[in-house]
Amino acid sequence: MTNLSDSTVAEERDSAAGERTNDLTIHVATVNGSGSQSSNNVLMRAIFQMGIPVSGKNLFPSNIAGLPTWFTIRASSEGWTGRRRNVDVLVCMNPATGADDVKALNPGAICIFDDALGLEGSRDDVTFYPIPFSKIAGEVTSDSRLRKLIANMVYVGVVAWMIGIDREELVSAVERQFSGKAKAVELNVEAIDKGIAYAADNLEPQVAHRLQRMDKTRGQILIDGNSAAALGAMFGGVTVATWYPITPSSSLCEALIEYLKAYRLADDGKATFAVVQAEDEISAIGMVIGAAWAGARSMTATSGPGISLMTEFAGLGYFAEIPAVVWDIQRIGPSTGLPTRTSQGDLLQVAHLSHGDTEHIVLFPGSVAECFEFAMKALDFAELFQTPVFVLSDLDLGMNSWMSEPFEYPTEPINRGKVLTAEKLKELGGKWGRYLDVDGDGIPWRTLPGTDHPDAAYFTRGSGHNEEARYTEKPEDYVNLMERLRKKFETARGHVPRPVIEREEGARVGLIAFGSSDVAVQEARHVLRRDHDLATSYLRLRALPFTKDLEAFVADHDRIYVIEQNRDGQLRSLIRLELKGDPDLRSILHFDGLPLYARFVVESVVAMEGEKRNG
Amino acid sequence: MADSVLNLTGPVAKENRVGLSALDYKGGKSTLCAGCGHDAISNQIIRAFYEMSVKPESVAKFSGIGCSSKTPAYFMSRAHGFNAVHGRMPAVATGATLANRKLVSIGVSGDGDSASIGLGQLLHMIRRNISMVYIVENNGVYGLTKGQFSATADEGSQLKNGVINDLPPMDLCALAITCGAGFVARGFAGDPKQMVTMLKAAIAYDGLAFIDVISPCVTFNNHEGSTKSYPYAKEHDEILHQVGFVPSFEPIEIDYEPGEVRDVSLHDGSRVLLKKLEEDYDPGDANQAMTRLHRAVSAGQMLTGIVYLDPAKKSFTSQLGIVDEPLGTLSQDVIRPPKEALDQIMAELM
Repeated sequence: MTNLSDSTVAEERDSAAGERTNDLTIHVATVNGSGSQSSNNVLMRAIFQMGIPVSGKNLFPSNIAGLPTWFTIRASSEGWTGRRRNVDVLVCMNPATGADDVKALNPGAICIFDDALGLEGSRDDVTFYPIPFSKIAGEVTSDSRLRKLIANMVYVGVVAWMIGIDREELVSAVERQFSGKAKAVELNVEAIDKGIAYAADNLEPQVAHRLQRMDKTRGQILIDGNSAAALGAMFGGVTVATWYPITPSSSLCEALIEYLKAYRLADDGKATFAVVQAEDEISAIGMVIGAAWAGARSMTATSGPGISLMTEFAGLGYFAEIPAVVWDIQRIGPSTGLPTRTSQGDLLQVAHLSHGDTEHIVLFPGSVAECFEFAMKALDFAELFQTPVFVLSDLDLGMNSWMSEPFEYPTEPINRGKVLTAEKLKELGGKWGRYLDVDGDGIPWRTLPGTDHPDAAYFTRGSGHNEEARYTEKPEDYVNLMERLRKKFETARGHVPRPVIEREEGARVGLIAFGSSDVAVQEARHVLRRDHDLATSYLRLRALPFTKDLEAFVADHDRIYVIEQNRDGQLRSLIRLELKGDPDLRSILHFDGLPLYARFVVESVVAMEGEKRNG
Repeated sequence: MADSVLNLTGPVAKENRVGLSALDYKGGKSTLCAGCGHDAISNQIIRAFYEMSVKPESVAKFSGIGCSSKTPAYFMSRAHGFNAVHGRMPAVATGATLANRKLVSIGVSGDGDSASIGLGQLLHMIRRNISMVYIVENNGVYGLTKGQFSATADEGSQLKNGVINDLPPMDLCALAITCGAGFVARGFAGDPKQMVTMLKAAIAYDGLAFIDVISPCVTFNNHEGSTKSYPYAKEHDEILHQVGFVPSFEPIEIDYEPGEVRDVSLHDGSRVLLKKLEEDYDPGDANQAMTRLHRAVSAGQMLTGIVYLDPAKKSFTSQLGIVDEPLGTLSQDVIRPPKEALDQIMAELM
């Protein structure tokens, strides 16, 4: 059986020592399918509503019911939202993992557990609180099936009372969770109250692990990256979306369907969109390509195995110059890999997806706000550059809840790229060439099928074609085409999101990362400065092709640490391909399937810097 | 071979109802082998679209990979064409019909493309009932790769080099019926009159009109021992009924004996007329269609005609409830909800 606790054996004692308010991690261990998700959401939401910065990560198995699952809530007064391995408050509901979960605790942690698990006394540096959850739940309901769910809400009440979460925020979070279901709200609030009452009568409030109201979440939203991407796609004017269910991307399309149904029906109730669940990922991207060819703003979302299947169509889209947007919510590969664990392992493959010389525009959102923003940008870029655009998210960013400033309504109009209408063709006297570079930017003009002009049509093919879209096998025609595609990619270089660069005065060390690694890297820089007196500059890449900023940043630092969540240092390889010379690029690689955490980065940098100094 | 067409179509008019001549429907010069059945089919496609007065600009042509898939370049140059990847034309066509439901779509595929590498996509497209004409130019061999057997090659059929096929063939018409197709026909490239009539009915049909056309490969599969050769097909062609078609814009009264002709009305008001031949065949009965197809196989017959026709089936675009205007050209104010919508969503997430 998988046991996540094995990899969470604690060593991070320095930063967690002593009493600190609003800085703790709650780890809830339950059995998959036992309905603990609502309880954990209520806990997290209530902390958020108390004004305390919070993040939540669901570590779940590839399983419907029975295997262990964990939910980790991190409250951080300083606003750090990356994973933290120290667990301060453990809630143990799963007999299968209880012993290991306890082993992983830091000294001084508390363990609240279902009394049937008999964990008390298994360590003398941890305080144990056995709770008769089943009995308390039995006071709320006699329905045996419901009792399991209710027991989960009882731990919410117990934890809340012990660490200081306000009851009123719990109630409001329950109302939100069970919106419109009065009976469920009543039942769950009763369960929470029973938990609070039991704790008040039998337990002691915590001093070392304590939460209290502050004002750091006002005006912020809580959302997962996949929902943010779905929102972005909707406001980006997506009209055709296709998908084939695959973890961890399914929730993107499911959210998109809900948003589209709510906000994108015409006055007569008809849909201004089509969503199709395809028979596989090959078909999903084929539909996107066909729809985009016929003018729709089209997208699909998938994960690694789906990306592999989409390879051939990705090449067609690149070569025949057809827009498409593909979200890759990365999970661990190769092959089926660990379907419910996060990774940044698809980077190299996606960058050049296809046989033959191929290069793709790839966007790397590093936050939920960027998921929203890049969803719109990707649809624009696909049409602007008439090519597939990939957006590389991952399970951690996509499926977990993140705090964010509210998303900003787009200020730029939707960009449909270079499309010749019948009127325009009339002006041109019908003279045009589908693959002619008339503007010198490598981007040709296209017409849409159905354009009512006798010269509008052209023949799209993935085989050799000349500037008039006619079949050709002439060497010079092929070379011309490939050179122009390269030129188009160079044009894209000037449009894609530039990296976010944070320079620190006098820093000789530069960090480079992308995507969801951002939160951990940000926190690591803070710790490096605070605890190790090491100043670092930071460049977060946001797209392929790389912009000139990368070269300058690398040149400005003695040593560069490229931090990424894969085994092979894929980003470092791409950077090496891009840059001249032989800069000192070192890899920090985290690839066990769990999200990157700050301490890992800190220790890696410190170790390698030490070697540098000693050597 | 009997004349398979009811005598409804007279000589070709010089100009059709949209003011175009047959020349406006021509395509590029074919690069297929002289005498290829596929070219004969292309000619009937040109004629059918011309006679149906479908403006070529409103047509989208699709294909996969293979000899058959080259043919969309050889008809209607004024229509947009898309030569997709091997076996994946159905997905591309599905996407395009969603983006622009006003397009009149036609796909041309081969037996390698449709029965082997692309069988899955074909069946799912049929199941969705995508509104388009889908033609399989079926010759039992891979032509472009020089004559290997395909999945529709008959058991016992022989290649030029003497290799004998010992696997059973897939009957694409039977598969189409199984997967819910509402228009299933089989034609023969050597019978242009029947072909053009069925094509016209297929164009008028709102949904997936599937036509499996036996189209002999004159280079790799036209020898003795082949069951997809011209001589073999001519000898074994078993015509289900004479097919007639009256488009919605031609209110022609037919002179026939009651009970002799089956008259099926399509959504657009067109009528398909099926004149009984030797048997009492009901093309509205899927069970009977399957039985008849299976019987033909054991009898060594090549059954042609409209095997199954259900005019009431709903096409995918109708089922999705999408707006009438093409999705691809909706304006920004329709596809980007207002700022208030985002504000509301953000407020709910706070």
